[in-house]
Amino acid sequence: MGLTNTPGTLITDKPKGLIDPNTRNPVGSDDPFFLDVNEELADKGFLVTSTDNLIQWARTGSLMWMTFGLACCAVEMMQMSMPRYDAERFGFAPRASPRQSDVMIVAGTLTNKMAPALRKVYDQMPEPRYVISMGSCANGGGYYHYSYSVVRGCDRVVPVDIYVPGCPPTAEALLYGVLMLQKKIRRTGTIER
Amino acid sequence: MDETLKELAEHIELGLGESLLSWTIEYGELTLSVAASDGLDVVRYLRDNSSCKFVNLTDICGVDWPGREKRFDVVYHFLSPMQNQRIRVKLATDENTPVASLTPLFPGAEWFEREAYDMYGILFSGHPDLRRLLTDYGFDGHPLRKDFPLTGFVEVRYDDEKKRVVYEPVQLNQEFRNFDFLSPWEGTDYVLPGDEKANTN
Repeated sequence: MGLTNTPGTLITDKPKGLIDPNTRNPVGSDDPFFLDVNEELADKGFLVTSTDNLIQWARTGSLMWMTFGLACCAVEMMQMSMPRYDAERFGFAPRASPRQSDVMIVAGTLTNKMAPALRKVYDQMPEPRYVISMGSCANGGGYYHYSYSVVRGCDRVVPVDIYVPGCPPTAEALLYGVLMLQKKIRRTGTIER
Repeated sequence: MDETLKELAEHIELGLGESLLSWTIEYGELTLSVAASDGLDVVRYLRDNSSCKFVNLTDICGVDWPGREKRFDVVYHFLSPMQNQRIRVKLATDENTPVASLTPLFPGAEWFEREAYDMYGILFSGHPDLRRLLTDYGFDGHPLRKDFPLTGFVEVRYDDEKKRVVYEPVQLNQEFRNFDFLSPWEGTDYVLPGDEKANTN
């Protein structure tokens, strides 16, 4: 997850399929230098990678999400975190405090009265922080687009990374959104957001 | 069912006398129409009279009739667990005349009345804390009045310079549309644009 081979890292050439007739192993497998390095690192708890890969891996693999359930979408959000879909296998675990979470899932209708509270909670989250807008109401007002009391999309209040469509989106759709967010973090690939 | 309701209504009519303007039984439900000034006395009678005992206040709500002189109806629903009966009490008022609050009789009426005040602007006298209940802080207008526009007057947005959520006059990129779901094959009861003179001669 996030650990990819990039040029510049010290890695042996891929075996070309040629077999050394003396050892009956692929050519290069008895290269003394790599054997030495291997010997030195084996079973000592080392892992060689580049830092940005490591940081991306850590970021994508431990996304703590803050529940911001506002309406019926919250039920699907709960489903997503429950054992059937089991978001925690992707390291996507619920965290009830904004100060210790990375992702906010805006699940449901954002009203005018709630908007300052949502922004306040978002401001309390530490960087890097991400927002998943879940459902039609959070995406653009949805059913309540013309209402006097509803914000026409939560992107008017907080910057949104992933929009999950649906009314409400299924738990699968939300989980797919989560995976898309992980992909986005991996592809953006910067330490600073 | 209707017979027991009718007996109950006649009993209430005897007990209340002048305060009761009229009563009807529709869909198996008894509705009393009451003068606004007598509301509190009527409710006290309904609660305390030994053969009424409407001790549960189910709901208080409002109705807006913009064409009427007294444009608002205040509708109370009560339940009598002893009788296993429900009753509806209606009284009419306007924007400026307060209705007596039910909070001395039913403490639970407080938030119902706040909601009615919030949504319709119906005033209640003797209410301990008549504030808005549901709408935004500093909200202007009463949204369930028929003359309140659907989209309201303001919308919110986060202002990056001021670092807070700001209110702005509402701006719609696309107007609210009323769709016409009538099928032209089953006969429409409106005139198509351009067809205004089709049936005149």
